[in-house]
Amino acid sequence: MTADRIRSLRRGVLTLLAVAAAYEASARSGYFAPALMPPLGIVAQALFSSILDGSMLHHAAATLYRVVSGFGLAVAVGLPLGVAMGRFRPVERFVLPLSSALMPIPSLAWVPVFILWFGLGNTVTILIVFYAALFPMLLNTWTGVRSVNPIWLRAAGAMGADEHALFWKVIIPGASPFIIAGLRQSFLRSWIAVIGAEMLAGSDWGLGWVIFDAKEFLDTDVMLASLVVIGCIGFFTERLVFGSIERATIYRWGMAHSAKG
Amino acid sequence: MSSDEKAHYAEHAMHDVVDHLAPPQLGVDAGLFRRAARNGLPFVVVGALWEAVAHLGLFPAQFFPSLETVAATFVRLTLNGVLPHHALDTLVRLTAGFALAALAGVAIGIVMGRSRLAEDILLPLVSIGAPIPGLAYAPLFLLWFGPGDVSAVVLVAFVSAFPIIYNCWTGVKAVKEIWLRAAQAMGADDRRLFSHVIMPGALPYILTGLRLGLAQAWRILVAVEMLAAVPWGLGWLIFGAQEFLNTDVMLAGIAVIAVIGLALEKLVFQPLEEFTVVRWGMMS
Repeated sequence: MTADRIRSLRRGVLTLLAVAAAYEASARSGYFAPALMPPLGIVAQALFSSILDGSMLHHAAATLYRVVSGFGLAVAVGLPLGVAMGRFRPVERFVLPLSSALMPIPSLAWVPVFILWFGLGNTVTILIVFYAALFPMLLNTWTGVRSVNPIWLRAAGAMGADEHALFWKVIIPGASPFIIAGLRQSFLRSWIAVIGAEMLAGSDWGLGWVIFDAKEFLDTDVMLASLVVIGCIGFFTERLVFGSIERATIYRWGMAHSAKG
Repeated sequence: MSSDEKAHYAEHAMHDVVDHLAPPQLGVDAGLFRRAARNGLPFVVVGALWEAVAHLGLFPAQFFPSLETVAATFVRLTLNGVLPHHALDTLVRLTAGFALAALAGVAIGIVMGRSRLAEDILLPLVSIGAPIPGLAYAPLFLLWFGPGDVSAVVLVAFVSAFPIIYNCWTGVKAVKEIWLRAAQAMGADDRRLFSHVIMPGALPYILTGLRLGLAQAWRILVAVEMLAAVPWGLGWLIFGAQEFLNTDVMLAGIAVIAVIGLALEKLVFQPLEEFTVVRWGMMS
């Protein structure tokens, strides 16, 4: 570690400490109601007690279940459809106008409609996540397939690759930087959508719901504790899951030096 | 499309394909009419399916209104001024929140890019705040600022500031050291350096950041309006209509949202993007 990095690190840590101290000071000054601005100790306590009694884990599990189902559904639909759009002109002509009309509508605008149609509960949340995640997946895959160098296709064809081999050995690896960027972006959108949908279509469990519910009772400590959990989950999926997928595929294949989403 | 353009398109699309939905030149050679017919066909098919389901009475008409009903509601609400009022308030909120975010975000991003001290201080804060979905802050902001416009605008500004900060910071850092040194060697002072070298060099990134920030603001604004109990606004219109099972009002509201979204896409995002790509070549 160079002296430069050590200095950056020290300054960073100092900033965080200073911000924490400033927060703590204003929380304890009594100028703001403690219900609105609980000291950090109480937030930490809320976090640990909710983890220990299992409720936070239950909330996190409920949210993850919804996000993974909706996201999985979006991948299951968006990936094949995107490939079909890239390969077959009629599919592209049918799907593209529809998706350009639907995409600018924020997924959360559908929440009230979906609540009326499907009732409160998991279905609404999962469908909202699906809606949010579908378009990045679809359009990235489509762009990826179209960006596969035609020379590769012709070369593979000339060497006798059939449609099956062409698809798995050329098109999918060639489109992978876009597909992985799409996965990443889809997940990011899913993560935002699930929190919003849980707040609006709250069932009994879920990190979004618990934050919104805590507001009714002025449990600001619970809100902040849930925010910490949400931030951690978002951070780790982004870094660990997608970072490692990227390293395992496109970097190794030499497709891209950095394909950030 | 020349191969060069294609390369730009592909390179750029890697960064954010989604906020950029330029339909490829669908049949440039075809006439305008044929193009319109081709793009309209999917909507006709989906519309016909919708009508069939609505008229078959599989679902109660209240939950699944026919398109005529939605259109009639749309016209009625537009004529009596309700829908324009909601739309206007939403747009004002979007503009106010985004303007705040743009001012603060560009300033913070540039300072972070230029000063090592500012970077060291601000980067940890930005990287802690960014991965939390903006809406998760909503209840907290509602408690702190009370329900209403202030919360909605501040929240939208807060959320859309992150992509702006991040891109401005990257953009200023991406200005080549050698350009700075060349300009300095030719006697440029700090102000000239900033306005003639750093700003033009970082501008594509800054514009990209603004575009992403606006898209982000648009995506959460509707939900914020639902949560913040503002008196007017498209999000509130949809959410309020749920209480009375007015599905036609909700769908009319969503139609307006779609129109605004498309207008943002076609009038703001795409021109901005083409401008940056054409003017500066590639984004990276």
